[in-house]
Amino acid sequence: MTDRSYEGVMSRKNEIILKSVGIDYEKFSQGRMAFDYEAMMENAAYSLDEVGEIQRAVGVGNTPLLELKNLTQMARDTAPRGYGARIFVKDEAANPSGSFKARRAAVSVYHAKKNGFTGVLAATSGNYGAAVASQAAMQGLNCIIVQEVYDSKGVGQPEIVEKGRKCEALGAEVVQLTVGPELFYTALLLLEETGYFNASLYTPFGIAGIETLGSEIAGQVQQRCGRPPDAVVVTHAGGGNVTGTARGLIKAGCASTRIIGASVDLTGLHMASDRDFNRKSFTTGHTGFGVPFATWPDRTDVPRNAARPLRYLDRYVLITQGEVFYMTEALAQLEGIERGPAGNTSLAAAVVIAREMKEDEILVVQETEYTGAGKHPSPQLTFAVQSGVEVKLGDPAEDVPGKVIAIPRCPEQLRVREFDLKEAGCSYLRNAVRHFRLDDVSRAEMAFLASDIRWDVGDVRRVLTELGVSCPNL
Amino acid sequence: MPERKTCKIGQWVQVHRIVLEAGHRAQGVPEDTAQVPMQMWVKGFAQYEATVGSQLTIVTAAGRRVTGELVAIHPGYEHGFGQPVPELLEVARELRQRYRNRKGAPDLD
Repeated sequence: MTDRSYEGVMSRKNEIILKSVGIDYEKFSQGRMAFDYEAMMENAAYSLDEVGEIQRAVGVGNTPLLELKNLTQMARDTAPRGYGARIFVKDEAANPSGSFKARRAAVSVYHAKKNGFTGVLAATSGNYGAAVASQAAMQGLNCIIVQEVYDSKGVGQPEIVEKGRKCEALGAEVVQLTVGPELFYTALLLLEETGYFNASLYTPFGIAGIETLGSEIAGQVQQRCGRPPDAVVVTHAGGGNVTGTARGLIKAGCASTRIIGASVDLTGLHMASDRDFNRKSFTTGHTGFGVPFATWPDRTDVPRNAARPLRYLDRYVLITQGEVFYMTEALAQLEGIERGPAGNTSLAAAVVIAREMKEDEILVVQETEYTGAGKHPSPQLTFAVQSGVEVKLGDPAEDVPGKVIAIPRCPEQLRVREFDLKEAGCSYLRNAVRHFRLDDVSRAEMAFLASDIRWDVGDVRRVLTELGVSCPNL
Repeated sequence: MPERKTCKIGQWVQVHRIVLEAGHRAQGVPEDTAQVPMQMWVKGFAQYEATVGSQLTIVTAAGRRVTGELVAIHPGYEHGFGQPVPELLEVARELRQRYRNRKGAPDLD
């Protein structure tokens, strides 16, 4: 009889993952800590051309790039003379499942089918569940989505309830759970029971799937404007969106395009807290994922996370829930485009960033997501009020996650708060020292750490030395 | 005696189970989460007649057999578009007045 206890299942984690993902991560390992990231991405997944072919076959990708002329006007109107970049948005809601996540799912489900799996499983509360369900339906596989939906009283936030509904509408079995990290334990049990493919967000398949988003942006901007984009704003959560988009842009020759991550600031709310769970209006794209995943990517359901955002981020900014609701309203009222709030996180940041850029520069917001019952400002704010959160018009500086949602009165009140990437890199290094119990490092290990956070080796050596780690001379 | 609701064979229903009891949660979860059980709900087709509150085996959309306490017969969705949000109505009004062509703009005051 298999041991189904929490400890028993977790102790079988590695063997369950190996069987359900089919990647031998050991092949890319370089000693106790380092691994060959590029080799993993090249050998374990598919090339950019292959991914494009896989996605075209299932109607994924090739989404429109829309110029937001009225929001550009809004940025210029609140910027110094001569400033206010042209803002474009990649309308990813046009994908079959209603978000860019269809790109990740298409590749994972294709790979699962090719390798003879009868079904796919994904542990996610987000748009990715709907994407996997959609692709499984299209490609003829069974699908189970394991979703964190309710607090201990059985109350669910409307956006998550809606995502569960969509998964069911697309033919998936949805296993709905109360809040807690043991969602992973349940997913492992189900993988063991069914023998399904683990369509993890963090395999090389999941990341390679997003590279086409970056390369399409490069191609569409080149075609429309005759030049590459100056900056792309990416909603940052688990890191896949940043990593895949940046890699795609680089592969398409846009090495100098700045990659700016944006997250909703939910500082102070604990993501695994039963009480805090329903006191947030955003279930993704927020700092509860963005910060821990940037500063320690290997906290996922696979041994090495293919999403490594610090390798690519040039800048990371935070925005409030109220500011994102404001821009969701502005997108609908001024551009005539109604889209889901969470996908507008990068849009809210973009209007602020565009003000800092010259008028002839080009700024791309790289996603939108579908909207509908539950996934819309009105049900989300209605729920927030019912959950005891104050909703008011006011300066975003008055926003307190879980307590106050301050919706700006005018575009002048929109601003971004910088998240110091230098500090994020230091935090990553502290995590590495703790995780691997490092007393000393080799030259090769220092080089790995440096490339994983895009630092000079000398800076890595200085910080490690401060942390009491013995380092070789350079 | 109140009438207990009973599902028929083949009806779409929802069952509930406790995955981990309070006190058996993963180490390191916040205090408020550690004090409550981890619960699970799954929907599927009833394999036999059962009354709400009793144990029932269902077959899910993925073809799995799951046994749990019957909690709902024909479970639906209750989420919608909520109530109008006065703050967003105000935002919409101001944005339209500020950025639409003044000549043709409706007077919203």
